Amino acid sequence: MRPEISRSRTWAVAAVGGAAALLTAACGSSSSNANTASAPGVTSTTVTIGSTQPLTGPAAPGYSEIAPAANAYFKYVNAHGGVFGRKITYTYLDDQYNPTSTTSQTRQLVLQDKVFAMFQALGTPTHLAVVNYLNSEKVPDLFVASGCNCWNNPSQYPQTFGWQPNYTIEGKILGQYIVQNFASKKVGFFLQGPNDEFGTDGFQGVNDALQGKGLNVLSTPAYYTPTAAGAQAVGAAIASLQAQGVQVIVSFSVPLFTAIAEASAAGLNYHPQFVVSNVGSDPPTLSAILTGGALGKKLPAGLIAGTISDTYLPLLTDAANPWVTLFQSIKATYASSLPWDGNVEYGMAEAFTFVQALKAAGQNPTRASIVAAVQNSHWTDGPGLTPYAYSSSDHNGFTGVQMVTVGLTGSLTTLGPVQTTDDTPTGAIAAFTGTASAPPTSGIPSD
Amino acid sequence: MLRGSTLVRHGLVFLGLTVVLLLLTSFVFDAYTNYNVTEVAILAISAAGLTVLTGINGQVSLGHGALMMIGAYTTSVLLTWHPDLPLILMLVASIATTGIAGAIVGIAGARLRGPYLAGATLALAVALPQVPSHFASIFGGNQGLSVPTPTPPPFLGANFTQEEWLAWIALAAGVITFFVLANLVRGATGRRFRMVRDNEVAARLAGVDVARTQILAYVISAACAGLAGSLFAYWVTRTSPSGFTLNLSLSLLTAIVIGGLGSLVGAVVGSFILVYLPVWTGGFASSLNLSSNVANNVPLAIYGIVLIVAILVFPRGIAGGFASILRGATRVLGPSRRSPALPTAPETPSQ
Repeated sequence: MRPEISRSRTWAVAAVGGAAALLTAACGSSSSNANTASAPGVTSTTVTIGSTQPLTGPAAPGYSEIAPAANAYFKYVNAHGGVFGRKITYTYLDDQYNPTSTTSQTRQLVLQDKVFAMFQALGTPTHLAVVNYLNSEKVPDLFVASGCNCWNNPSQYPQTFGWQPNYTIEGKILGQYIVQNFASKKVGFFLQGPNDEFGTDGFQGVNDALQGKGLNVLSTPAYYTPTAAGAQAVGAAIASLQAQGVQVIVSFSVPLFTAIAEASAAGLNYHPQFVVSNVGSDPPTLSAILTGGALGKKLPAGLIAGTISDTYLPLLTDAANPWVTLFQSIKATYASSLPWDGNVEYGMAEAFTFVQALKAAGQNPTRASIVAAVQNSHWTDGPGLTPYAYSSSDHNGFTGVQMVTVGLTGSLTTLGPVQTTDDTPTGAIAAFTGTASAPPTSGIPSD
Repeated sequence: MLRGSTLVRHGLVFLGLTVVLLLLTSFVFDAYTNYNVTEVAILAISAAGLTVLTGINGQVSLGHGALMMIGAYTTSVLLTWHPDLPLILMLVASIATTGIAGAIVGIAGARLRGPYLAGATLALAVALPQVPSHFASIFGGNQGLSVPTPTPPPFLGANFTQEEWLAWIALAAGVITFFVLANLVRGATGRRFRMVRDNEVAARLAGVDVARTQILAYVISAACAGLAGSLFAYWVTRTSPSGFTLNLSLSLLTAIVIGGLGSLVGAVVGSFILVYLPVWTGGFASSLNLSSNVANNVPLAIYGIVLIVAILVFPRGIAGGFASILRGATRVLGPSRRSPALPTAPETPSQ
């Protein structure tokens, strides 16, 4: 009797095992068209990504709109079927532009919220505090919202990618404009720093362009610290530039500090030519700061008229541009409380790039496949005035800008063609000969 | 023997505590909990030092964040020069430099009383974070210095995470600190500290050197802040002035007041609240679906409300409020049965 039972039990086990094997095989063969939880933060129906943003604090004016704008674009994509049927969940935490908060919040996003990737984490000093950690944990660190050229370091930071033209590229093109138009004037600098890559990278780029051109350049820059205490010291820094006879101030500053610098100069009856990095020059943001009383009293928006800057995205005020109309219509539906300004355009354009990357990473993306997708896709379309530079040896995004000037009412006018260059001291600056791409009619990157 | 010697009794309790904590970090907590527990341990070490100074010796310090900064920068600058220096050496070096800084502050502090001492230490908390910007070549300016994460020794196995290892280090440092402080405040030194706090004239008549006692309290307190600062540098992995704002100094003071002034257990309770309140309220705020301008400020508002409620309901701090429950434990850990340092604080909640 006993051997009989034992034998039948063996049969039963074998039968169950065989069925299980068949089932597994069936699942395996169908997995090419079924969504799986292929990576941390990815389920069959969602992809969760994270970010740290200055929603409050000294860098908040303007920049606090970037993540909500990106989220509006994701909502638009989610409402139109998502990416491979997955909806994008975007979790962004307020680090107040404080690197110490950035480190603890990045841990929260990676360890607790288990995000698939970091996206558009904002700020040079803040993100430098976590870039080593993200790379050691192999978390994709896509499209850092900062132009530090430190993000383009594929050997040390294989997971990290920049997006906007880095500050050295931007500085070189700004510097060339100064050489061509203000050669007889004394040039000085107003920078975030000292020892802040935002300020030093831009300073380096401008100096590369001014080198050997015989300009009268004040070699010691004026610095500010992006804190409440630092805001109090800007007036003195501007007064010292005035005392040294500076006629052109090159400013690599966040919007609040650009506004304080321009208002301080006006208060001193000092009217230098301001040449301001893109990140600190958005006219709607600056006029909101000036007219809103953030500097202690309401000031006229016209203070910033004449400021020279640059752009790498379509002009905000170009109502005929298809990117502008796309983003404006998404903003109207999904984030109607946001203003239409450079930060909102930035947030949405960067979100578009993320969706491009997520699509290219395949139906069941992994952390490795999305990094490979950004490096290997060589997209020719995108919201920038130039194509992306991404490759396995280059983690820079856009590599060119177009000079612009701010009018009395905050309007923007382009000055000359789109120009591209690299971040080496001798790399030539050339006019971009390609044409800008238009967005797909659906507004969502095609496969 | 066991009953007779405080040292042996404390030793056994703390040894048991260490084992329990290390087992928890490795077998119960996930990586994020370990990360937060590390922060609790770091803040508790600093808050315990502040408890000795403020709660037990009666000297106010609004500058303990700045003292932590000295510890953190000692570690970070040394590691920038010599990245391979062992962690234990960094901890000792930070304790030493911050202890010396504490002696200097203490010498000045021994001549100052009440609001004047508060003002002097406040100046320290405001001024010191400006220093790295002015000596950027040494301290890395506003952007700060990068600190390598300590890697666990290989014999702990491949699955032993960096978070676990740092939690072990911070908890071990915390247990040792509390062991030393608990013995100190129960012994002759602690009695002298309290005597100076309660009545300087009487202390002097009894033969206690008031100034020396106050300086000693400052040195001990600063050494704790230095240890905490060094661990903080490893925990954040980047040391920049933004980590040591006046806010940190005030948070530490808040922690010991909420926890229970003069109680070492209170320092732990207060640090726990400091770390976990924002974690809990952040999740709560985002679940409410408020507009971002409101939601961003909800955690701060809840923090303020908790602070007010805690002080109204538990005038002797949370540890003091639960004294009856914790009596057994507090008898071992510290002299929290005493009335708090502030003479105006009532023994029981009013109303």
